[in-house]
Amino acid sequence: MADATTFTNQTQILEPFRGIKKVTIEEYFTSGHRTCQGCESALVMKLMVKASGPRTIVLGSTGCMYVANTTYYTTPWVVPWMHTQLGSSGSAALGTAAGLKALMKKGKMKSEPINVIAFCGDGGGADMGIGAISATLTHKEYNSLILLYDNESYANTDIQLSGMTPYGAHTTFSPPGKAHRIIHKRWKKNMAGMMAAGHPECRYVATVCASYAVEMMNKVRRALTIGGPTFIHSLDPCPKGWDYDPMLSHELGELAIETGIFPLYEVEDGQLRYYGKTKAIVEGRARKPVREYLLKQGRFAHFTEEDLSYFQSKVDEMWNKWEVPGVVPFRRVDAARTAATNT
Amino acid sequence: MAVATTAAPTASDEKELLISGSEAVAEGLALADIDVVTGYPIRPYDTVIQAIAKKIANGQLVAEYIVAEGEHSQFEIVKHASTVGARVFCGSSGVGWAYAMECLVVTPPLRVPMVCLVGNRALDDPGAFGVEHNDALFVRDLGWMLCWIDTSQEAIDTTLIAYRVAEDRRVFLPLAISADGAFLTHSQALTLVPPKEKVDKFLPRYDRGDLLLHPDNPITVAPQANEDWVIEIRRQNDEAMKRAVAVIEEAYADFRKVFGRGPENPWFEEYMTDDAEIILVGMGTISLPMKVGIRTLRAQGKKVGLVRLRWFRPFPTEKLVKVLSRAKAIGVVDRDYSFGSPFHSGVVANEIRAALYNAEKRPPLLSFICGLGGREVTLEDVYKATDLCYNAANSGKSEAKTLWLGVRE
Repeated sequence: MADATTFTNQTQILEPFRGIKKVTIEEYFTSGHRTCQGCESALVMKLMVKASGPRTIVLGSTGCMYVANTTYYTTPWVVPWMHTQLGSSGSAALGTAAGLKALMKKGKMKSEPINVIAFCGDGGGADMGIGAISATLTHKEYNSLILLYDNESYANTDIQLSGMTPYGAHTTFSPPGKAHRIIHKRWKKNMAGMMAAGHPECRYVATVCASYAVEMMNKVRRALTIGGPTFIHSLDPCPKGWDYDPMLSHELGELAIETGIFPLYEVEDGQLRYYGKTKAIVEGRARKPVREYLLKQGRFAHFTEEDLSYFQSKVDEMWNKWEVPGVVPFRRVDAARTAATNT
Repeated sequence: MAVATTAAPTASDEKELLISGSEAVAEGLALADIDVVTGYPIRPYDTVIQAIAKKIANGQLVAEYIVAEGEHSQFEIVKHASTVGARVFCGSSGVGWAYAMECLVVTPPLRVPMVCLVGNRALDDPGAFGVEHNDALFVRDLGWMLCWIDTSQEAIDTTLIAYRVAEDRRVFLPLAISADGAFLTHSQALTLVPPKEKVDKFLPRYDRGDLLLHPDNPITVAPQANEDWVIEIRRQNDEAMKRAVAVIEEAYADFRKVFGRGPENPWFEEYMTDDAEIILVGMGTISLPMKVGIRTLRAQGKKVGLVRLRWFRPFPTEKLVKVLSRAKAIGVVDRDYSFGSPFHSGVVANEIRAALYNAEKRPPLLSFICGLGGREVTLEDVYKATDLCYNAANSGKSEAKTLWLGVRE
């Protein structure tokens, strides 16, 4: 039976980087990948493992960051890395963490905290793999981070729409046509809000954007340090899928925040904290109009003024109507309606 | 040669328990000291998870026990646990096994030696709990080792053998143990449970070696290979399956040495085949009505025998051909179907036809489909199959069609 070990299920203590100059120089995601010019997701991978350090195992579900990153014999991963199936990021994180825990607990492996990170794209995470991620976020005794890199389409397979593709975007599965200018009429899922609200024992959920690199790395470090299953949603501008000049990736990331389309926040032990420009918006700073973000991207080139105002009105709702702005879309019953019901 | 049944020796250091097939597998799993186990409810295999959960709750086994949110995750979780060096177990039945199909596909090329129990169950629709072998047979072409067990004793013994074979570095392939739903998963029999010390002599620790996913061994597993390498990787799987043949024989021989029981021939059980004119072939618990029927037929002077196939992958081609070639006619009774296949036969019948193709002596072969959806295989079915086999033996010809037994026409 179990040997006596020193196993405690502790995590690595990763203090936040205090500024860009304090960031470690070592890279754990290096040359050997063939992602597109301007690919934000590749940057997310690089920053993610820079933040986690070398005692890390990374599991990658099918998607760009699998296919474009790991060609046989030319891996960019300095840390151990393994492919997992499209919908399996949650199970990969859980299984790896459980395997390590079992072996360390039973004295079959040297006991030490090893970071386990599983990443998924928006298709793998928010569509196919959402059930497994949800399950993993309830297993609080296993330490792992699930990072969803969201480039808002199945970008590896030809830019097909996912449940995370913005309203109206032109994808190969939602081309604008003569009879229907807009085929994709679904509003994007609120993944981080859903994960935070739906998994009360998940201690850390955050949104990040690599345009804010230090903040992003520190959220990864916090997620790994706090322990249990954690979740980070990263918005990644994608030159190929969004149809823009690759030099604009960083700027588009900033615009997504400044327009209020993508809020930056974290929920730690149930407490919500907004970050950066998002915090300013919550505190009353004006949001930039969504058209400044949308019209820089070819995928919205077919938008009319009507479409732009619809998009703007939906984003306005996030900030003016939602009970927790940008995070939880519940609304209080309005007073007039309550009065009407009571009479 | 043709030993009737495996006589249960009374070794003093073994416990004798009245347990079901599923419970016997769980006894084997505790002895194998598995590290991670995942469950998801579906009848009938899940009785093994119920038994394991009790063992964990009672402190008879220390393992990470995870109830997954579906079979897909159930199999993915143990797959990943195995890659960091954990000995793992899970299982399923019927459409649950089908739900996990994507994960079943990836384990052989990843060289993940997971061991699973398939509690054979008819596929939906319509709903049916009873046994059919089509579920486990899904993986027959994919690099999974597949065996069928018949008794609780075989369940515990095969569980120990399964880890020994799957985790042998020459093999490193997943292995599914198939047990007929209800007839074996839920049926109790007296079963010998060996002590841990003996098991430790037989079953070494799982060592993933240079394939271990760990910061001290920073490998990249399963990068995109495409046409540059995939065919070579398939070939490696093929070689591993070929090597499994010798590893299985070694494991059974060692099992006999350590535990003092178990069959000499791992691949199939022979029952009264020495002088048999007609040899019936089947897998799993179908052997019970067949053996009873054969005893009656023998009393009538009909020389009938049974080959109960234990291992389907790797398939014991030469050994089986050697035995079956001696018969005047062969009757293969499939508890599965393969619609549109040659002669519309069952899977086992066509495998045996293929195996016999190069044989010098090819007796007439009749294909029967019987007992689907858990329908009882009756003595009448056995007598009818035997009579038809005698007709074929006398005419010297195989009937070029498949006969369904015990079905309303």
